[in-house]
Amino acid sequence: MKASRSTQLFWIAGAILIILYALIPVFWIVSLSFKAGDDITNKQFLPTVWSWENYKTVFASDLFTTALRNSVGMSIIATTISVILATLAAYAISRLEFPGKRLVLGVALAITVFPVIAIATPLFNLWRTIGLYDTWLGLIIPYLSYSLPLSVYVLSAFFREIPWEMEQAAQVDGATAWQAFRRVIVPLAAPGVFTAAILTFFAVWNDFVFGITLTSSEAARPVPAALAFFQGASQFSQPTAPIAAAAVVVTIPVVILVLLFQRKIVAGLTNGAVKG
Amino acid sequence: MSAIEMRNIVKEYGDGFKAVNDVSLDIADGEFMILVGPSGCGKSTLLRMIVGLEDITSGDMLIGGDRVNEKAPRDRNLSMVFQNYALYPHLTVFENIAFPLRLMKGISEDEIKRRVSEAAGMLELNEHLDRKPANLSGGQRQRVAMGRAIVRQVNAFLFDEPLSNLDAKLRGQMRTEISRMQRRLGTTTVYVTHDQTEAMTLGDRVAVLRRGYLQQVASPRELYEQPVNMFVAGFIGSPPMNFMPAVVTGDRLKLPFLEVGLPSSAAGQVSDGQLLIAGMRPDHFEDARLLDPVKRERGAIFRARVDVTEWLGDSQYAYLPFESNPEVAKQLADLAAELDSEALRTQLIISIDAMSRLRENHEGEFWADTDRMHLFDPKTGINLTRDEAAAADLASLEQEELADRRGELAK
Ligand SMILES: Nc1ncnc2c1ncn2[C@@H]1O[C@H](COP(=O)(O)OP(=O)(O)O)[C@@H](O)[C@H]1O
Ligand SMILES: [Mg+2]
Repeated sequence: MKASRSTQLFWIAGAILIILYALIPVFWIVSLSFKAGDDITNKQFLPTVWSWENYKTVFASDLFTTALRNSVGMSIIATTISVILATLAAYAISRLEFPGKRLVLGVALAITVFPVIAIATPLFNLWRTIGLYDTWLGLIIPYLSYSLPLSVYVLSAFFREIPWEMEQAAQVDGATAWQAFRRVIVPLAAPGVFTAAILTFFAVWNDFVFGITLTSSEAARPVPAALAFFQGASQFSQPTAPIAAAAVVVTIPVVILVLLFQRKIVAGLTNGAVKG
Repeated sequence: MSAIEMRNIVKEYGDGFKAVNDVSLDIADGEFMILVGPSGCGKSTLLRMIVGLEDITSGDMLIGGDRVNEKAPRDRNLSMVFQNYALYPHLTVFENIAFPLRLMKGISEDEIKRRVSEAAGMLELNEHLDRKPANLSGGQRQRVAMGRAIVRQVNAFLFDEPLSNLDAKLRGQMRTEISRMQRRLGTTTVYVTHDQTEAMTLGDRVAVLRRGYLQQVASPRELYEQPVNMFVAGFIGSPPMNFMPAVVTGDRLKLPFLEVGLPSSAAGQVSDGQLLIAGMRPDHFEDARLLDPVKRERGAIFRARVDVTEWLGDSQYAYLPFESNPEVAKQLADLAAELDSEALRTQLIISIDAMSRLRENHEGEFWADTDRMHLFDPKTGINLTRDEAAAADLASLEQEELADRRGELAK
């Protein structure tokens, strides 16, 4: 009994340590975002006075609000397209025999490890020539080229886990291939679809490299890139506190998403990892 | 409801393996047909070709007179119960059963409700309709799978070893359930199993497959009493038929323990000194002391040492070891391996009266019903003593029964 209690304490202490390690920077950002004016130099962890000033600044600035709109819009569009295409592609890869199947999966994996910066510069030139520079589409396309292979990979692992018989039963019951897919396979792969969707959303939401390289104005610039263009209240003050406020604002949707889909993601990640 | 006809069906898999070879089989409208054979003999493959989940390499498959080779499963209007049930885990029991109906056009919600509750009622699933398959017991899942199969009007039911995942007691229960259901609905049924009891009790006729080849199609009784070859004889019956070396000497036949007259049916087909294999079922023996005097007339009496006895309350088995001929021993070992049974020792397993007080390691006096003995050619395995007239009698009996049942249903 005694030994087990001390190991329990050890684990609890360890867990608290790790959680603190992960959360202190987050608290620091939150705390910064509530420090008004010169309060950021107060040499304390907490603000002297809690103030919404930075949030007001941030939302009053067109730079941020349009960027937020861009980010939300592009993330949702890219995620939706990516998940739909990846679901169909992964299904084909896991169910059909066709020449070059291994090649497709291999290339998909290779693309996900390709450094983003390596294609950003060529795209910059290409997009300027064909007029996609500084547009939503100009960003969504490269987002898809990165998120699709990853989603295909995650989802094909899921589809492989679904017994063939499920589909065959549906066919015998009178379903067309499409009905079997939609009524049986997709619902069963839902945790995988959620995982792929969330991974894609995070990747697009956090993108900085494409956002900064392929935009020049507020027309398409996403939040992470826009933060770099922030200015302080005066020319001479650093915009640290407003940036912190903006960072908190863009973190909130991510936190909400994770909390909302926590159980599905965990099921998804472990399923994919253990059985895939 | 429809008849199913197979003409020279062949299945060759992508790797060149021929799983089903030239199978021709007619299943009558309303008939309950069993496909049986050792594992890997192509039963599932044949069933899956009927339902359309496997392409037919050559031959014709006719359902209700129409050739269906090129038809997709959904156009064949069959229903199937899979070995591991293949229930839809994301749907409730109700929705699982309703699934085939939802795919049909023009059925009202009320009609779906009515049909599902009718099927569920027949299978006693009514209080589980809102549960998910994951929360059900094995027997309940099995019943949901059956519910899904019977909820619509189909040409035939197909079962692929539906009871093999259940424990023995439940299996017995479900067996009678399936039988009752099929009799009540009168739907043509093809049922794959490797279980003796299911094969013998459920079907009107049983088709025995071996390595993709059809061996014999007959009523259970005919398979048991008039098998066409050693494979069928050894496969049907539990405990299995005893096989012994038998040497022809003039018009006599020498077996371990006893000598009998050469059966007239075999007389023309064998030569003097030829080695044959004799097959006798365990219940063709008896402890001579407990024998009905009427029977004594027609059999032969012999003495043998009892190795082991097994008393089961209502029945009793005795094991009588004998010296075998090496050629026959090898033949029997091959057969045993093919039938998935342990390599048989050369011993007779005989069923004797449970009252018998035979003692292990002592000699006893036994009676053998030698009239019912079969003789097999050791090379080809062909049954030399099959009584075609008796077989035809049994077949016509079976036909009458099926016709009777159809008449009952029509009323
Ligand atoms: N997809 C396949 N490709 C190649 N061979 C197969 C395939 N499916 C089954 N087989 C082979 O066909 C034979 C018959 O299989 P099956 O019909 O499943 O046997 P049973 O149901 O009688 O146990 C087996 O020897 C099996 O190995
Ligand atoms: Mg099988």
